[in-house]
Amino acid sequence: MGNVIGIGAAPKRKEDQRFLTGRGNYVSDIKRPGMAAGVFVRSPHGHALLRGIDKSAALASSGVIAVLTGDDVKADGLGSLPCGWGISDAQGVPMKEPPFPMLAQGKVRFVGDMVAFVVAETPEQANAAAELLAIDYEVLPSVVGVLEAVRPGAPQLFDDVPNNICCDWELGDKAAVETAFRKAAHVAKLSLVNNRLIGNPMEPRAAIAEYEPGTDRFTLWTTSQFPHVVRFLMGALVLNIPQHKLRVVAPDVGGGFGVKQFHYGEEAVITWAAKRVKRPVKWVASRSEGYISDRHGRDHVTEAELALDETGKFLAFRVNTLANMGGYLSTFGPNIPTNLYGPLLGGVYTTPAIYCNVKVVFTNTVPVDAYRGAGRPEATFVLERIVDVAASEMGIDRVEIRRRNMIPKEAYPYQTPVLVQYDSGDPMGCLDGALVAANVNNFGIRKAASASKGKFRGLGYSTYVEACGLAPSRFAGRLGARGGLYESATVRVHPTGQVTVMIGTHNHGQGHETTFAQIVSDKLGVAFENVDIVFGDTDRVQFGMGTYGSRSLVVGGAALSKATDKVIAKGKKIAAHLLEAAEVDIQFESGKFSVAGTDRAKTFEEIAGAAYVPHDYPLEILEPGLEEQAYYDPVNFTYPGGCHIAEVEVDPETGTVTLVNYTAVDDVGTVINPMIVEGQLHGGIVQGVGQALFESAVYDEGSGQLLSGSLMDYCMPRADHLPMMKVATHSTLCTHTPMGVKGCGEVGTIGSPAAVINAVVDALSHLGVTHVDMPATPNRIWRLLQNASLPVAAE
Amino acid sequence: MRPFAYHQPHQIPDAAKLLTSIEDSKLVAGGMTLIPTLKQRLANPPALVDLSKLGNLKGIADDGVTVTIGAMTPHAVVAASKLVQQKIPGLAALASMIGDPAVRSRGTIGGSVANNDPAADYPAGVLGLGATIVTTTREIAADKFFLGLFETALEPGEIITAIRFPVPLKAGYAKFKAPASRYALVGVFVAKFADGVRVAVTGAGPGVFRVPQMEAALSGNFDPSAIAAIKIDTDGLTSDIHAEADYRAHLVTVMAKRAVDAALN
Repeated sequence: MGNVIGIGAAPKRKEDQRFLTGRGNYVSDIKRPGMAAGVFVRSPHGHALLRGIDKSAALASSGVIAVLTGDDVKADGLGSLPCGWGISDAQGVPMKEPPFPMLAQGKVRFVGDMVAFVVAETPEQANAAAELLAIDYEVLPSVVGVLEAVRPGAPQLFDDVPNNICCDWELGDKAAVETAFRKAAHVAKLSLVNNRLIGNPMEPRAAIAEYEPGTDRFTLWTTSQFPHVVRFLMGALVLNIPQHKLRVVAPDVGGGFGVKQFHYGEEAVITWAAKRVKRPVKWVASRSEGYISDRHGRDHVTEAELALDETGKFLAFRVNTLANMGGYLSTFGPNIPTNLYGPLLGGVYTTPAIYCNVKVVFTNTVPVDAYRGAGRPEATFVLERIVDVAASEMGIDRVEIRRRNMIPKEAYPYQTPVLVQYDSGDPMGCLDGALVAANVNNFGIRKAASASKGKFRGLGYSTYVEACGLAPSRFAGRLGARGGLYESATVRVHPTGQVTVMIGTHNHGQGHETTFAQIVSDKLGVAFENVDIVFGDTDRVQFGMGTYGSRSLVVGGAALSKATDKVIAKGKKIAAHLLEAAEVDIQFESGKFSVAGTDRAKTFEEIAGAAYVPHDYPLEILEPGLEEQAYYDPVNFTYPGGCHIAEVEVDPETGTVTLVNYTAVDDVGTVINPMIVEGQLHGGIVQGVGQALFESAVYDEGSGQLLSGSLMDYCMPRADHLPMMKVATHSTLCTHTPMGVKGCGEVGTIGSPAAVINAVVDALSHLGVTHVDMPATPNRIWRLLQNASLPVAAE
Repeated sequence: MRPFAYHQPHQIPDAAKLLTSIEDSKLVAGGMTLIPTLKQRLANPPALVDLSKLGNLKGIADDGVTVTIGAMTPHAVVAASKLVQQKIPGLAALASMIGDPAVRSRGTIGGSVANNDPAADYPAGVLGLGATIVTTTREIAADKFFLGLFETALEPGEIITAIRFPVPLKAGYAKFKAPASRYALVGVFVAKFADGVRVAVTGAGPGVFRVPQMEAALSGNFDPSAIAAIKIDTDGLTSDIHAEADYRAHLVTVMAKRAVDAALN
């Protein structure tokens, strides 16, 4: 028998055995009898009228089974891809929500927009036939940038969306902010771009669909972070398949980062096609296809102003942002730059008045949606950058200005002027810890050493908070969510005492099979190895909203904790019966049910056995079996945060920025498995560093072609770009989640871009550089130095 | 990938014959460029002629004044070769900077030189050292071999068998890697011979080229300071999302200085 491995322990991850020995079961590993191959034909143009499609040559091509287009979709009366959020402007006018057909109808709106689906015996035959499809495009000018898209005379994506503006959204007290700005001793201003990113999960998207005529049931295997949501959106809103006739399976999934938390048209097309061709159909995206079809992230242009009094206290913050939505509204699209952005602009500071306006804009680009952090990295970047700008302009030390404005630990719970109320936190404690860990006191020595080699060294801070654990349904509903955001878990205790958990979150690299097993092992006193976690299958798991927004432990773990408590409560009833004691006298501790004050006890296994062998049961008051289910809807978001300190060295000769040190002290609440938390922080930080220094999705204005459409041109961060990171936690407990957890999946990505760019600006500040846009590529830095106000020379 | 015939001849004349008899057929050496191109359906050759089973195309030999590297010698072998490290350390260093370990294990010097990618490393080494490209039919001087974007002096059916490098007094290579691809955004090879200095640049333009001003300056004084003030004309240099032409021009000077530095150390 194995051991209890509980909360706070760091066992190796259960799932890594199969991943590291090549025994994972990914969608592309699955083969179904009689399976055909499908390929999508995608628009090569950013913007074009679709005049007609001649299928004849493609249909005559060897091995071709079917060629489906938007006309077939229309003929079958299928729905448009739904958006899960409906936001409104200040007057309550709903956003413009043009249809998003699963195959283009009449017009294509981005390079990669789906025009046809070709099914053939083999992928090679499908590809060959796809090339024979004669598609008559009338090419229109494309518009890819938000500034260009809202200009008068810009190409219009939709006839009924003037100036391409989907919604003119706002948050906060505009008048109070204006009053505060009039009284300000100083106003700091900053214009910036938050660069567009492409998620690049290791595993490209893929799907297999199968229809069984005998049972009239569909099965879709898909690379998804939320199979139940796909079942609902696709079944109920797109294909009109009853929920009980549709099974969605998301088996092992090789990374998501948000890219796989949307309902994609590919899923609907392939499911529809499987019934039409009466064969299972499989599609696996190539990496190149992913670049032009996986939803992109970020892409903001922002003007921000911070009003301060003469002592550097923040009086008011005003932010105007243009946010790129791409060619259509994706599942969460309009929610990201609004509800997940504006409410974070308070940061860890006591700023009393905040106003935020976001114009959500359509362009001829891949639809933009959530990417790790989703709205919160953008908010943190604006705020943490302008704090540095203000400090520099007012001659106040960057750490000092943060201290003067930070919410003190005693002030929690803290109500911000932008909806959210932080339940707990200690930003000052994180800052103090990070200053020591980063050895900031000796920075001057390191800077001098760099200078002696002709390099500029800089230090950058980011003290930040985020809102995660998405989300309280009541709150989300008020903001425009069209669904709930709770989570569910079932704890099934077998007659032998082993446990199977069915949970609605989805593990695609986060280590849930380990973390959740630790929670059960801890609470029930069963061996860690005797707990299995089942997820990702709508036929096996009751329901779930899936994994995104750092919600799995916070919301899913809470549901699991509740269900486990119910198992204990039921166990106590059984024990009371077996031990002939009153239920109130039964205690449960370390896997034993005992009668208080006596040595009479039953093990968890004995209770489980009795539950399934009820020979002598008071059946009128006690059901057989030991299986409990719980749904959990959080009462508030959770608010992890912390302090990140980046240290960079700039080579002025080439413009190369090297990240030389990185320190993070984060408050993630209770830590279940410190090794997994450390891994999540590392990964998150690396993705943020990627945004700050390397990654950028670049489109050609006019043609709408994606210029950074492969790993040859889109620079992902690599191991040799990174120093050894110092990562620590300084936790306060969340006051409203069952275990005090706050979530840790996104903090790294949210805190890091500002820390890195603040360090780059610091390194170049003696040259008069006040801002550097992301990514801080060598070419960009060299250009800044060419234009710098002082001659380039090491200090 | 579209279907194609696959041939694996054992004799060089057989390979040359296949290449000329099957129209549009392609040679495959390490396949580091060709295979991805096939997978993306950007090339559609009816047949591939694999060079891996031909005898005598692998290996490194030295006759005192030259080092000869067989066309099918992988980059990793050149990088690790004691002979190359001793005779032309700059060339061993160049080979060690190509791609990643997998590419260096599969990719070959002949394949790289025949492909003449404008951002590949070997063309800088071959032109910088004034090497001789030995083929199935003749010997071609590097100065006459590289003809621009992916173009070389190779005739249809002509196969590179080896590259012969003169041993320089000193040589060095400095490469500014393109952040994503790790090809040369700008790579500069400098080689000092008794009769002068050669400087060859890759990555900056549509093909590898020499820099006569730098060669003259370094022939007088083989020191980074000799070329620090030389600015390269931006005309004809590449401008793309990673680097604008004036930045590439600037990097040529910086990398040339660093290459001289590497040669001296």
